[in-house]
Amino acid sequence: MDYLTILQILDSTIRLATPLLLACLAGLFSERAGIFDIGLEGKMLMAAFLSAAVAYVSGSAWLGLLAGIAASMALSILHGLASITFRGNQLISGVAINFLAAGLTVLIAQDWFRQGGRTPSLAGNARFEPITLPFAETLQSVPVLGPLYHDLISGHTALVYLAFACVPATWWVLYRTRFGLRLRAVGENPAAVDTAGVSVVGLRYAAVVICGILCGIAGAYLATALQAGFVKDMTAGRGYIALAALIFAKWRPWYALSATLLFGLLQAVALRYQNIDLGGVIIPVQVMDALPYILTVVILAGFVGKAIPPRAGGEPYVKER
Amino acid sequence: MSTATHHKGQPDTAAPAIELRGISKAFGPVQANKDISIRVMPGTIHGIIGENGAGKSTLMSILYGFYKADAGEIFILGQKTAIPDSQAAIAAGIGMVFQHFKLVENFTVLENVILGAEDGRLLRPSLAKARKSLRNLATEYGLDVDPDAVIQDIGVGMQQRVEILKALYRQADILILDEPTGVLTPAEADQLFRILDRLRAEGKTIILITHKLREIMEITDTVSVMRRGEMTATVKTADTSPEALAELMVGRKVLLQVEKQPARPGATMLEVENLHVTDEKGVERLKGISLEIKAGEILGIAGVAGNGQSELLEVLGGMIPGTGTIRVNGQDLDLTGKHSDGRSRRARGIAHVPEDRQREGLIMPYTAWENSVFGYHNDPAYQKNMLLMNNAGILKDADDMMNRFDVRPPNPRLSAKNFSGGNQQKIVVAREIERNPDLLLVGQPTRGVDIGAIEFIHKQIIALRDQGKAILLVSVELDEILSLSDRIAVMFDGQIMGERLPGQTNPQELGLLMAGVAGKAA
Repeated sequence: MDYLTILQILDSTIRLATPLLLACLAGLFSERAGIFDIGLEGKMLMAAFLSAAVAYVSGSAWLGLLAGIAASMALSILHGLASITFRGNQLISGVAINFLAAGLTVLIAQDWFRQGGRTPSLAGNARFEPITLPFAETLQSVPVLGPLYHDLISGHTALVYLAFACVPATWWVLYRTRFGLRLRAVGENPAAVDTAGVSVVGLRYAAVVICGILCGIAGAYLATALQAGFVKDMTAGRGYIALAALIFAKWRPWYALSATLLFGLLQAVALRYQNIDLGGVIIPVQVMDALPYILTVVILAGFVGKAIPPRAGGEPYVKER
Repeated sequence: MSTATHHKGQPDTAAPAIELRGISKAFGPVQANKDISIRVMPGTIHGIIGENGAGKSTLMSILYGFYKADAGEIFILGQKTAIPDSQAAIAAGIGMVFQHFKLVENFTVLENVILGAEDGRLLRPSLAKARKSLRNLATEYGLDVDPDAVIQDIGVGMQQRVEILKALYRQADILILDEPTGVLTPAEADQLFRILDRLRAEGKTIILITHKLREIMEITDTVSVMRRGEMTATVKTADTSPEALAELMVGRKVLLQVEKQPARPGATMLEVENLHVTDEKGVERLKGISLEIKAGEILGIAGVAGNGQSELLEVLGGMIPGTGTIRVNGQDLDLTGKHSDGRSRRARGIAHVPEDRQREGLIMPYTAWENSVFGYHNDPAYQKNMLLMNNAGILKDADDMMNRFDVRPPNPRLSAKNFSGGNQQKIVVAREIERNPDLLLVGQPTRGVDIGAIEFIHKQIIALRDQGKAILLVSVELDEILSLSDRIAVMFDGQIMGERLPGQTNPQELGLLMAGVAGKAA
């Protein structure tokens, strides 16, 4: 395998890891605050559809992004209502959101665009275009580093850079700010936060809203940057893989980056090597496509070690003495 | 006893630090607080005593803004103050140390202290300020805690200090402590009392909620007694006695001293020889224990918690494996193999009241009648046929049992978690005693149990002894060991330091043995 091939696979890894990373950080905010969110998938899907639809109609990818964030946030607040205000079961609420999004997106897409539950293809400004970083072209001829800079680091859409910037930002918010301290506390022991005179409900809603925003960006990225338009079930389990990555990352931002890059790499490899010929035995494409999902299970079962989730995760807070 | 030294001699004209007037609170049909009025003078320790469920914690939760009173007024230093939430309580200078600590387990001490009292949006300045402030508080009140220690790595005594520091960091002048010694060893409790003494000397006002008479007599200046939601009396501690307080609490005369006849030991029931237990981490917890108990005899095991008493109970009860010899009625028990489980032990006539009733004695969400047969549920009497259990029969038995053991409320259909601590313990004790065991293992029978129930449980244990059964009693309460046991063995570091007869020893001598100071003189 030559250097350029490796660069191409890594480049593809970054593209594929971006939605996972955003969704994983979204889940991190929510779960760190004690709200389990299995509905990342549904929120991404809804955001993907609405961002594509609005981008198509308005011709602006940025307006599409805003619409995607709004759609995802609406579902987040629904999840918040069910699990924070009405103290319902967070898993059931999340599953309901996934079903809702899976059905609603196709239904509305069919009603609006009549293309069998997809949006028309996006072109021009309706899509996020790759950004060429300064000097990428001029430095391309520099050996080793030149192609690295040009092929791997430069040439992604704004959302990719945003996603990667979210990692240090998340770390900083969690560990260096008052909000982060309280957020982590409310996921571990909400009673401690409550007796300290801070609103448990307020903190948890804030976390859920941040989760909605990040999921919205992830969804918009799928439909308006990675691909050109919305198709049915286009998230393809990414929300669940992001959750797996979150567990693998032990609910920590930098680990989340590594975990999602690993899953992105698996997907990139599967995409590139569709049929592998092992001297007579051909591994079919379906096996390669299934590989990231199989490895998700293997990694979660075997390599995570002891991942301790936030202690108050999944439990509605009821005030008691 | 020691109160005289602490009075600051506040003039009677000073406004009370806290005054509650006519506080009432109902939860549905239950009137938890009825028209309660109380004055707490500044610079004093004011005890509030009452049985579990008397309404002490409800009253304090109202003062801390956790509950809203249905009626009544709160005055802080003479000013009428509304306390709608904890934020308002903190602003009014009230700090509360809850019975179950409100700490974030994987945060450091420092992070827990500043949580909710940060100075700005960024943490660094707050943390630096708190670190300095903790250093000052440590020298001022003797509250030494490593600010960078993580809560889950430090003991309960230290965790409690963190709770006190949290309140002091928020400039609390009034400190409420809810059953602070329930989780502490005697040594830790003594330390706590020294700290409280220091706080009082610095002019802080302390409200101490407890159901332990000894603590009230030891440290408070004034004591208020609550019974069934009402405040029945407020008296100067120096003017009262434990007996008088107990009567006020329960509403009838209570025997603080256990009445029992001398033991009439029969044949040897339990023989333990050279028993060793090593835990999962490879630490040796029991280092060659040998003891015996005769029929009709109570052997009390005294010791500071964590010196192997729990492991002794667990290995006897079949919960963990061990090596050595245990004989019951002359027959060897299986310590490691197929028959080393709780069920086999019960089949051999060994009943076990475990130390932690909520984790090991009961399944909290299950009903009382279900809990009343756990461990004995394979008994043929409880089977209707091959497939089904005789639920109606179990329910009826549970109903009888609860009436005989005075479990309140006597409703077998309630889940275990809805009973108070004392009544939960009665359910466990009833279940084990009712099966008429040859040997009863009892761990901390009265931990967190109110005084009326303590008297009852003690009587049941004595009655079982008088039927010629052997009883192994493990307790960290020296008073309990001294009053119930026929012989006392003291454990330290997995070994038995010595045996004493209750009539021929005293708490000081036992205390030395418990600390491992005295040599091995049996």
